[in-house]
Amino acid sequence: MNAELITLQEVVFGYDRRKPAVIEGFNLSIYEGSITAILGPNGVGKTTLLKLVLGWLKPWSGKIHLNGKPLEHYSRREMGKQIALIPQSEHTPFEYSVLEYVLLGRTPYMPPLGLPSSSDEMIAYEALEQAGIAHLSDHSIIGLSGGERQLVLVARALAQQTKILLLDEPTSHLDLSNKHRLVNILQRLKENGTTILMTTHEPDIALALSNQTILIANGRILAAGPTDEVVNSGSLTQVYHLPIKIINLDGKKQVLWL
Amino acid sequence: MNTAVSIAAMQKLNSRNHTRAWIFAWLGVGLLTFFILSLLFGRYPGMGFISLEHLRNDELARLLVFNLRLPRLLTAMLLGMSLSAAGTVFQMLFTNPLVEPGFLGVSQGAAFGAAFCIVFLGGAAVVTQISAAAFALAGLGLSYLLARHIRYGGWVLRLVLSGIAVSAMFSAGLGVLKYLADPLSQLPEITFWLLGGLSSITWTKFLSILPAVTLGLAFLFLFRWRLNLLALNEETAFSMGLSPKQERLLMLTAAVLPAAAVISVAGMVSWVGLIIPHIARRLFGSDTRFVLPASMLLGGIFVILCDDLSRTLLAGEIPLGILTSLLGAVIFIGLMMSRGVKVDR
Repeated sequence: MNAELITLQEVVFGYDRRKPAVIEGFNLSIYEGSITAILGPNGVGKTTLLKLVLGWLKPWSGKIHLNGKPLEHYSRREMGKQIALIPQSEHTPFEYSVLEYVLLGRTPYMPPLGLPSSSDEMIAYEALEQAGIAHLSDHSIIGLSGGERQLVLVARALAQQTKILLLDEPTSHLDLSNKHRLVNILQRLKENGTTILMTTHEPDIALALSNQTILIANGRILAAGPTDEVVNSGSLTQVYHLPIKIINLDGKKQVLWL
Repeated sequence: MNTAVSIAAMQKLNSRNHTRAWIFAWLGVGLLTFFILSLLFGRYPGMGFISLEHLRNDELARLLVFNLRLPRLLTAMLLGMSLSAAGTVFQMLFTNPLVEPGFLGVSQGAAFGAAFCIVFLGGAAVVTQISAAAFALAGLGLSYLLARHIRYGGWVLRLVLSGIAVSAMFSAGLGVLKYLADPLSQLPEITFWLLGGLSSITWTKFLSILPAVTLGLAFLFLFRWRLNLLALNEETAFSMGLSPKQERLLMLTAAVLPAAAVISVAGMVSWVGLIIPHIARRLFGSDTRFVLPASMLLGGIFVILCDDLSRTLLAGEIPLGILTSLLGAVIFIGLMMSRGVKVDR
């Protein structure tokens, strides 16, 4: 197994000190070059966990390390080169072209007063090609479909050229072919050594993509480990309170829930 | 990667940058031309342009052009630049194309400050200016502090709400001051101030606002790329290496400082900060790399032209605020009707 890239030790976090914590004493290790899926029902703290790893939310107690160094020891710009976030959705009332929007991802590489260079523009364009939407580069971001917009967010994160990608329910706006495309992109990134941490509502995606799965319910980690072991009929049934079956079809695991 | 395709794409990019550079050159030349023409244009000795010949021979004409028109024109230019730049910044920070720089209690604060000075402090020009600027900044400060204590909505919504509340309080205070004002001397003065105008601008007034305006505009210009990112969700901006909370506050201050300064000498000149950023976006798209400087140039041109009309259209002055509102509203309606833009919210 590869080296530990991100570690959480006894991390406790909540949004309101007068209420119980949302994340109760998490201990986790994310390994370099792996894909980790965070699985669990709505509102259990999946996105919160992403934002903790990003450094945007500060734990009440406990430690988060990146490369063995506490998160808060990194400068803002350095963090921007390490971790990119692909939010679940994003809206703007302003008419950026797709390329301009993706170019925003190059910011960590510019000094505070800097402007994008032509090599930044080149990298942004390559990111569009990687995401398979280079033909949209001139389009206004406002006229795009939900799926296209999601891929723009993916391209922007790719332009950021980080070692770590955080994705918040990346497949939620995608149709089947775009889902397939995204799975391929993530697969390829993993092969190139990118570490990916993603929340998802779809056990299928976790099974198809991830090496490691973290199963969360009620602010606690129910199970964390190799996806094959963690995602099974029993654990899913327990988390979603539904009779869920996992069957083997042509060597691929399929989740049945209806 | 498909090399031929990306070379084509890069060529397209280059040609677009080329076009942008040309539009900028034209805007710069336009501003300079309008500035020089306006300097020579007026109602002395007759309606029209003063000839250079005349300027050489007539002492009074020289005095008029260099001691009255020049500081006034320079102030008009700074007024347009400051309000338009601040408008661009506000629209980005609040991800709302319909806000203008005065709405965080700044305009109403300035109006209250000016009226307060006219009613209670004697209304000397310098004191009115200081009082207006101080209350404009107080308006922003109060809105900001209040927003920190409101327990409803996200940061942007809280700022908007507190801005509305603070503006309403100042506007009520202004009502009280108007009610208390001497209807023969003080009330007309307040009304005149509220309509906005540059007729009383001197070199001293111009120089008094120059540092704040230069500082604020230079800061905004230098940090204009990051303004793009401050329009995103805070955690997204954070993920790209920004410190969104601190940078927003800095940008806000850098935008309000020049706006408050020009309002303090020119009174309420509305619609500039709302309309000019829209025109700039029509020309350049939304990237603030281009929109911010374009707003400054366009704002300068717009206010210089409005001020030309204000001082020459009638024998007496037409208050500048009336003209910017009228022309601004007409242009705004034209813009909204000319091309459909789909906006999500």
